[in-house]
Amino acid sequence: MNRQRVAWLFLTPALIVLGVFFLLPVLGALALSFTDYDLYALADPHNVRFVGLHNYWALLHRPVFWAALGHTAYFVAVGVPLSMVVSLGAALLLNSPLAKARAFFRTALFAPVVTTVVAVAIVWRYLFNTKYGLVNALLEWLGLHPVDWLGDPHWAMPTIILFAVWKNFGYNMIIFMAGLQAIPAELYEAARMDGATPWRQLRHITLPLLQPTLLMVAILTVSGYFQLFAEPYVITEGGPLQSTVSVLYLMYDEGFTWWNLGSASAVAFVLFIVMFAVTALMLRLSRRSLREGELA
Amino acid sequence: MKRGARPALRQAQRAVLRALAVFCVAGALLTGCHEETGGRQTLTFWTFGREGEAMQALLAPFEQAHPGIQVRVQQLPLSAAHQKLLTAYAGGSMPDLMQLGNTWLPEMVALDAVEPLDARVAHSTVIQPADYFDSIWATNRIDGRLYGVPWYVDTRLLFYRVDLLRQAGFDHPPRTWAEWRQMLAALSDPAEHRYGILLPTNEYEQLMSLALEQPDPLLRDGNRYGNFESAGFKRALSFYVDTFRLHQAPAISNVVAGNPWEEFGRGVYAFYFSGPWNIGEFRSRLPASAQSTWDTAPLPGPDGPGTGAAGGASLVIFRGSSHKEAAWALIQYLSEPAVQRRFYELVGDMPPRRSAWAGGALSRDPKAQAFRVQLEHVKPTPPVPEWERIANEMQLAAARVIAGELSVDQACAALDQRVDAILEKRRWVLDHRKEGR
Repeated sequence: MNRQRVAWLFLTPALIVLGVFFLLPVLGALALSFTDYDLYALADPHNVRFVGLHNYWALLHRPVFWAALGHTAYFVAVGVPLSMVVSLGAALLLNSPLAKARAFFRTALFAPVVTTVVAVAIVWRYLFNTKYGLVNALLEWLGLHPVDWLGDPHWAMPTIILFAVWKNFGYNMIIFMAGLQAIPAELYEAARMDGATPWRQLRHITLPLLQPTLLMVAILTVSGYFQLFAEPYVITEGGPLQSTVSVLYLMYDEGFTWWNLGSASAVAFVLFIVMFAVTALMLRLSRRSLREGELA
Repeated sequence: MKRGARPALRQAQRAVLRALAVFCVAGALLTGCHEETGGRQTLTFWTFGREGEAMQALLAPFEQAHPGIQVRVQQLPLSAAHQKLLTAYAGGSMPDLMQLGNTWLPEMVALDAVEPLDARVAHSTVIQPADYFDSIWATNRIDGRLYGVPWYVDTRLLFYRVDLLRQAGFDHPPRTWAEWRQMLAALSDPAEHRYGILLPTNEYEQLMSLALEQPDPLLRDGNRYGNFESAGFKRALSFYVDTFRLHQAPAISNVVAGNPWEEFGRGVYAFYFSGPWNIGEFRSRLPASAQSTWDTAPLPGPDGPGTGAAGGASLVIFRGSSHKEAAWALIQYLSEPAVQRRFYELVGDMPPRRSAWAGGALSRDPKAQAFRVQLEHVKPTPPVPEWERIANEMQLAAARVIAGELSVDQACAALDQRVDAILEKRRWVLDHRKEGR
């Protein structure tokens, strides 16, 4: 037996699992997105119609889809940078030689990641209650005007972003800490001897050497944040005025609340295309900046 | 050649027969194992929400009277019920019988999943159709056939603060919209965070009740198109939206409203537009001293007593069940007036039969009487599988008018367009069926 055959043999179990549980369902969903599979079709297969691209076409003409795409883009555009800055900040603080009780803080900051979304979301719903919430009580105590966090369409998404950032930053923080520890200490020593300020050390040593980690974290976070669902589902139920309906929420509603599996599959593929395009663009941009960095 | 072929053929036949026999025995063993344990049949009964909690107490006498039947009650959370139901249908694992909300019944009928009950009811000595509230019974008839037996009823009407109304100079609850509007105006003081009424902007039942008070149907042409541009619906929507524009109701969802019972008790709202389960909630959540300050009243109509929505849940048997007789015995037992009264005492669900209202705690409960009056005047919602989705779209349109994004006319036009698109498949299926015949 030649080596290539052996390799295939070893790969077979993984390929079968991937094929059965990933590739087949994806192809099935793609086929479904060209039909109007719904409740009537569930009752009688004769009620399925092949509709070609109609689901996609109809989706592009629904204001709620564009609104959902806008909300998702808003969530990603604000949430991802904010989450990365907070994670990096926390990692730098924990990594500083001055930090005390490091193990305790590392655990405490990581704790939100391992808690259940639903349980914490309910607590946040109380914290951000307009009338009785702790957050508004604090604002009032500071002499600020209370905010209708979950009832005002302009504030609901920022509240969801805050929640998501708080819930998720610990995960990236751990990855950043690993990245920071891989940077040789000699570089900082040399910089200090040359009289570099901490800010310049951050800009010229930490950030450039952390770039591969930053890129990976950015891509993972972007693709994770595009799949916004559980937070609005539990905290706002998509409201007020559908201001927190994300693309995935729309898909869930179409597919599982109303059982329009055809158009729900179309939503899923549109989201896939958008995510694919965004991450591809990120990869290309970062590759270019890496190359420029090498040239400079 | 012929001679040689024969024994071979016989051998093959024998092999096939043997395989079949093994199959049958295995099949009998398998089904026997999971269905009959010691000659008893096990009935699977799905319930949603609090109804399941009362079942243990309610079912003990039934199981004593029917030693051959064991009932396995499965309680499903209401929020996941609809999904679970459709998934179970798709996966072929339906229960024998279940509690089904009457807006979901058309869906199950469209799926051809539930058993028609006309013949059984005709032979029943327990279930007397004439004893049931007419409109409630009617929600179980689809295309001339009966698919469910009403189990409990639900309609939305007014809970109100007697003392606050009296202070404002009103000695009776409103009977017309004009009177109601007057009271709402007198009882609202937004600067003091006091409002006439709480209408959560993400609940469609209130607007739907107002819309059902109108003579115009909500869908037209055999429920094939939306009828939201009718004068009647516009009147209902305008009344609903004006309540917010005049600051007689806060524009908040039930997520934000949090604990409406306590706020009603503190006089933040003078009216609360809700269903029968809240009698129990107010009794348990408000202190004893506050119990005389609130009461219930039938819904005011545009120009006189109004009609409510015929809500509630029915008991249905699934077509695929192999214990239909036992399931029917259980449905008959649960429909006995005495059992229905006991059910009310356990969970507060109101019975759909007039005779069940005639005795027991229910007949003496002054706060339940408004429901008794209202139940004679209720209207069913359109019996189409898409109804719940349409009602949600209706509420979204209303919320956009409240937020000032659309005018009433614009919202109604947009709503009809959306509803017509949702009903496109229904129209196609109906036309298709006709051609098929």
